[in-house]
Amino acid sequence: MSAPILSVKDLEVTFKNGKESFTAVRGVSFDINEGESFALVGESGSGKTTIGRAVVRINPATKGDIHFQGKKISGEISHELDTWVIRNIQMIFQDPMASLNERATVDYIVSEGLYNFNLFKDENERREKVFKALSDVGLLEEHAERYPHEFSGGQRQRICIARVLAMQPKFIVADEPISALDVSIRAQVLNLMRDLQKERGLSYLFIAHDLTVVRYFADRIAVIHQGELKELAETDELFERPLHPYTRSLLSAVPIPDPDLEKAKILMIYDPSLHDYDKEKPQWREIFPGHFVQANSREAAEYANMYP
Amino acid sequence: MSDIKEPILSVKDLVVKFRVRSKELTAIRSISLDLIEGETFAIVGESGSGKSVLTKTFTGMLESNGRIPQGTIRFEGKNLLELKADKDWEAIRGAKISTVFQDPMTSLNPLKRIGYQITEVIEKHQKLSSTEARRIALELMAKVGIKEAEKRFDDYPFQYSGGMRQRIVIAIALACKPRILICDEPTTALDVTIQAQILDLIRALQRDYGFTTIYITHDLGVVANVADRVAVMYSGQIVEYGTVREIFYDPRHPYTWALLSSLPTLARKDEPLYAIPGTPPTLFVDIKGDAFAPRNRYAMGIDFEEEPPFFQVTPTHFAKTWLLDERAPEADPPPAVKVMRAKGKQHDEEKAGASK
Repeated sequence: MSAPILSVKDLEVTFKNGKESFTAVRGVSFDINEGESFALVGESGSGKTTIGRAVVRINPATKGDIHFQGKKISGEISHELDTWVIRNIQMIFQDPMASLNERATVDYIVSEGLYNFNLFKDENERREKVFKALSDVGLLEEHAERYPHEFSGGQRQRICIARVLAMQPKFIVADEPISALDVSIRAQVLNLMRDLQKERGLSYLFIAHDLTVVRYFADRIAVIHQGELKELAETDELFERPLHPYTRSLLSAVPIPDPDLEKAKILMIYDPSLHDYDKEKPQWREIFPGHFVQANSREAAEYANMYP
Repeated sequence: MSDIKEPILSVKDLVVKFRVRSKELTAIRSISLDLIEGETFAIVGESGSGKSVLTKTFTGMLESNGRIPQGTIRFEGKNLLELKADKDWEAIRGAKISTVFQDPMTSLNPLKRIGYQITEVIEKHQKLSSTEARRIALELMAKVGIKEAEKRFDDYPFQYSGGMRQRIVIAIALACKPRILICDEPTTALDVTIQAQILDLIRALQRDYGFTTIYITHDLGVVANVADRVAVMYSGQIVEYGTVREIFYDPRHPYTWALLSSLPTLARKDEPLYAIPGTPPTLFVDIKGDAFAPRNRYAMGIDFEEEPPFFQVTPTHFAKTWLLDERAPEADPPPAVKVMRAKGKQHDEEKAGASK
């Protein structure tokens, strides 16, 4: 297999506030391949967004490394490299109502990155790039002169995506990009993200809490709980053979649109105290090919025989 | 709806209008529905479909620019729309009909202790002494699953997690033993594992207290979990209603079809998700014909001309679409609906097999 486009090794992110400190993410490692959609799934406070923000250098990594296309992009880096990272890794945020400048026209919003990095020769080229980005997300040239409040939630998320595309990134961190949208609009945005991926070979780090969306969208999924990865596998494998009790509780909690099944289901509640880690600490282990889980040796043996 | 039992709440021909910047929009365009005592009734729809506006009329909580030019809401022998004074509404709101809102952070007062926020309601509505109110409040806290209620009684909301806060909101809503509990997106702001626990909690409390529940949600998974009966709303109208099994396993309205089709759970990974084209119509102008027609690929000429009536599918299942008219051609439903039909059949066969 070719080298991964993004590689996160032993990442730790600690927030400090005076004397107090809080470690949001601990010992997180994963690789994302070129053209892949990789999902990070977890509940609020699990640290999934912190990881995404560490990748785009909003939250500095306290420990560990992040490599992008073979270059180290965490820690102190040169201004040049920083510019390169911003151009190549872009982020889409959750709430399109909050992430657009209300006082700027769509034209300005989409070209802000172009302005910052002088990515155009003349006014004509800039406008061409804006129109191209708008048409890529299914908006019209005439929309460029309008303001964000004139658009619906789905259209606003398209503007956010257009702003990202104008930079022609190779990698997109999408942090809950559809959670704030209505069911029917979600489909439009997901389809758009997928089409763009096919056309341009984009790679995604898709951060989400909704497993039904992730199941449809992602190639591989990592499950995160309280700042640590618990399990990582290909999407179908994770849904068919979940190993870690936290993953299993998460899957049992997802409401499925099938009343007979949904009404009969038994909810599994994850109790971290069930692990006996006093004698032996857990490690990141590969139980089946490509299927990793955090476990000690006793648990690993149990997981390996879970699906005979 | 069904006339087997006397309904606990009965809405007839309800119309709600709002005045917005000197224009008037019609948020509810003539809705009738009967709520059966003890059931869980779910109202599904997208934002702007009018589902929250509808239930706000049950507790007199419409915004001040709203008016109700037409309709009746009968509850305990009275027409609620004839209540004028705040005092009259207070005897209903919070006492007989309570609401649990979406975001527990905004429905609790951040400056007041948890215990006080529960006893306040009890003292106000039930005229009890403060020691008695405290006893009831502690009981309620235990009931909604707050461990060591005595210790947590004097905490402030910020000391509680999101799920625990929503449990407190539920305790407050139940403080006066209401007959109807309206849950307006009660779990949308919560994590899935917490959501599942809260849904289970409401179900258990409903068994104990025997209230009737109305769920407002856009999440069809939640509907499948909680509902006995379901109404699907579009542009201020109910377009289809029936038992939860009828709506999921045998939906008849093309809007319900479209909703089910856009679910990622039912989609094939290698195909694009179904997206409903266009946007809902503006409610500022009168809608001619079927409001969904411009977005409906099954629309016929008549859909743009005349509003369809409700057609009966079964004694409990009705849909407002011309497709059910005997003159309409046979419509081939989308793949997701066929999948659901097959699932329904399979479940039926399994049940038949199990009972043999």
